[in-house]
Amino acid sequence: MKILVPVKRVIDYNVKPRVKADGSGVDLANVKMSMNPFCEIAVEEAIRLKEAGKAEEIIAVSIGPAKAQETLRTALAMGADRAILVETDQDVEPLAVAKILKAIAEEEDPGIVMLGKQAIDDDSNQTGQMLAALMGRPQGTFASKVQIDGDSVSVTREVDGGLETVKLDLPAVITTDLRLNEPRYASLPNIMKAKKKPLDTKTPDDYGVDVSPRLAMSNVSEPPVRQAGEMVEDVDALVAKLKALGVA
Amino acid sequence: MTALVIAEHNGGEIAEATLSTVTAAAQLGGDVHVLVAGGDDAGAAAGAAAQIAGVAKVLRAVDAAYAHQLPENVAPLIVSLADSYDAILAPATTTGKNVMPRVAALLDVMQVSDIIAIESPTTFKRPIYAGNAIATVESSDSKRVITVRTTAFEKAEATGGSASVDEVSGPTGDGNSEFVKLDAVESDRPELTGAGIIVSGGRALKDGETFEQYITPLADKLGAAIGASRAAVDAGYVPNDYQVGQTGKIVAPEVYIAIGISGAIQHLAGMKDSKTIVAINKDPDAPIFQVADIGLVADLFNAVPELTEKL
Ligand SMILES: Cc1cc2nc3c(=O)[nH]c(=O)nc-3n(C[C@H](O)[C@H](O)[C@H](O)COP(=O)(O)OP(=O)(O)OC[C@H]3O[C@@H](n4cnc5c(N)ncnc54)[C@H](O)[C@@H]3O)c2cc1C
Ligand SMILES: Cc1cc2nc3c(=O)[nH]c(=O)nc-3n(C[C@H](O)[C@H](O)[C@H](O)COP(=O)(O)OP(=O)(O)OC[C@H]3O[C@@H](n4cnc5c(N)ncnc54)[C@H](O)[C@@H]3O)c2cc1C
Repeated sequence: MKILVPVKRVIDYNVKPRVKADGSGVDLANVKMSMNPFCEIAVEEAIRLKEAGKAEEIIAVSIGPAKAQETLRTALAMGADRAILVETDQDVEPLAVAKILKAIAEEEDPGIVMLGKQAIDDDSNQTGQMLAALMGRPQGTFASKVQIDGDSVSVTREVDGGLETVKLDLPAVITTDLRLNEPRYASLPNIMKAKKKPLDTKTPDDYGVDVSPRLAMSNVSEPPVRQAGEMVEDVDALVAKLKALGVA
Repeated sequence: MTALVIAEHNGGEIAEATLSTVTAAAQLGGDVHVLVAGGDDAGAAAGAAAQIAGVAKVLRAVDAAYAHQLPENVAPLIVSLADSYDAILAPATTTGKNVMPRVAALLDVMQVSDIIAIESPTTFKRPIYAGNAIATVESSDSKRVITVRTTAFEKAEATGGSASVDEVSGPTGDGNSEFVKLDAVESDRPELTGAGIIVSGGRALKDGETFEQYITPLADKLGAAIGASRAAVDAGYVPNDYQVGQTGKIVAPEVYIAIGISGAIQHLAGMKDSKTIVAINKDPDAPIFQVADIGLVADLFNAVPELTEKL
């Protein structure tokens, strides 16, 4: 079985994003970029399934600018076998990403497509579900446990009321939550080896997908800033404040 | 212009998240219909939905295939009803986030996720980058598929309406997925996303027992819900559905009390719209103090028991 792992290049999660003064977006010039943390978890899970003998090949895919190659090299250094970059300088929306991934899935015929549950830049939380719909296959979103049994997979999902388990026929789409695993760091020898692993470059046109946006972003602004309030000296002062608020 | 709200319900009751979604739907300016899809208990829930103020019509779809809101089964039903609607909305809960992108893809529509304001029937505001930026987006699709951040919209009145209830049926999926079980977290406490007061604990609480020993009595005293940082959840002090933040729950209570939580941006993303934020932390430079209305620099192991006693 093959596992397809889409990975996205995003602002590093430690960086505080700054909105551009002209309201056109978030300033990404000279900002550290990394693999989306949820995608790292997806790569790790795929590698673990391969190590457990449940999968033979892991293919990492990214849709984005030429620089997304770095993100793919990271996935290869972690343990993916080969990579596909679908190069475009446009911001590609989840629906178009899902269409491209569907075309790739048709060529590669993976048993599982493993994605992050959300990207920390746009926070859309859509791509995996859209891909599953377009493929006509089941989905296990927000996964905190993945177990393959023959031609089905059990996925434990983090839902609002607790943990839900579903059983899906393969092929299936899975999106990862934070507690699924802790991604490994790539070792130096593996980073060197990754440079020699195959990386194909394609374009959205190769897959016949129109990536023009359906949503126009007219303005990006700062959220209302919260002013720091008051420091109190001791618990008594805190109690007085809380009582003034009508609490207790 | 008519909007369809996908109801979330449990044991015959409509979830509060649905009430906020009805308010958002009404702001689009047309009629509001509500779809209640489910197993046998959908009947009672549909009755409750018909009482919601401002709802013109309820669609009731009862089938065992819809019982656990499996997206493979519910999305085709919603798509089969979509022709009559200009907008389809659901709360941005784990259920809504699971089903709606599937609906959007089948309709070839780009979903607008997690809206916090409606500027016009096609223009919305939504937070991006963990709430560090607010984007205004306009949809050019023929229909809008929307998830709603429920803390950003008032709840519609649960009673006072008298909508008609129509029976509907539709496709039930290909049967390639199956619900196995739900390990629900049982609690008598107020639900996190609807609570007026939240007491939240972080990594500083050391372990599950200590968390329980220090946080629970204070929450009990205040009739508060209990939340946690991801660090506390990851370390196993409390179950995952206590997590507040970018990738946990988004809350906006009257009072949020953060204890031993540093205030990472991912945590702030989930609680910075709270009306009053109280922070107790032993580090005067903890970033949580930059957003707190009331801050106390103290060791929680002394301050929290004293606070619990004096309230
Ligand atoms: C400065 C800026 C300006 C923007 N302007 C616009 C605009 O004008 N219009 C607009 O519609 N959007 C705009 N966007 C949003 C951008 O298009 C989003 O990144 C896009 O909508 C994808 O959302 P998401 O990654 O949050 O999807 P999610 O559904 O949250 O992603 C989930 C998972 O899908 C996979 N995935 C997602 N994208 C990719 C990818 N490219 N390659 C491989 N795997 C992927 C990953 O596994 C990821 O973990 C802008 C973004 C920025 C930063
Ligand atoms: C993709 C991604 C998503 C994330 N999503 C979330 C999310 O949804 N929610 C979330 O919370 N986090 C999230 N995080 C994690 C986040 O970055 C932080 O790691 C986390 O919030 C830290 O939790 P904490 O404040 O409890 O722990 P710490 O940062 O370790 O803070 C502990 C605090 O306790 C104080 N303290 C210690 N001892 C005492 C004492 N005796 N008395 C008083 N104070 C004391 C310390 O001064 C410190 O400020 C996410 C991270 C990533 C990468």
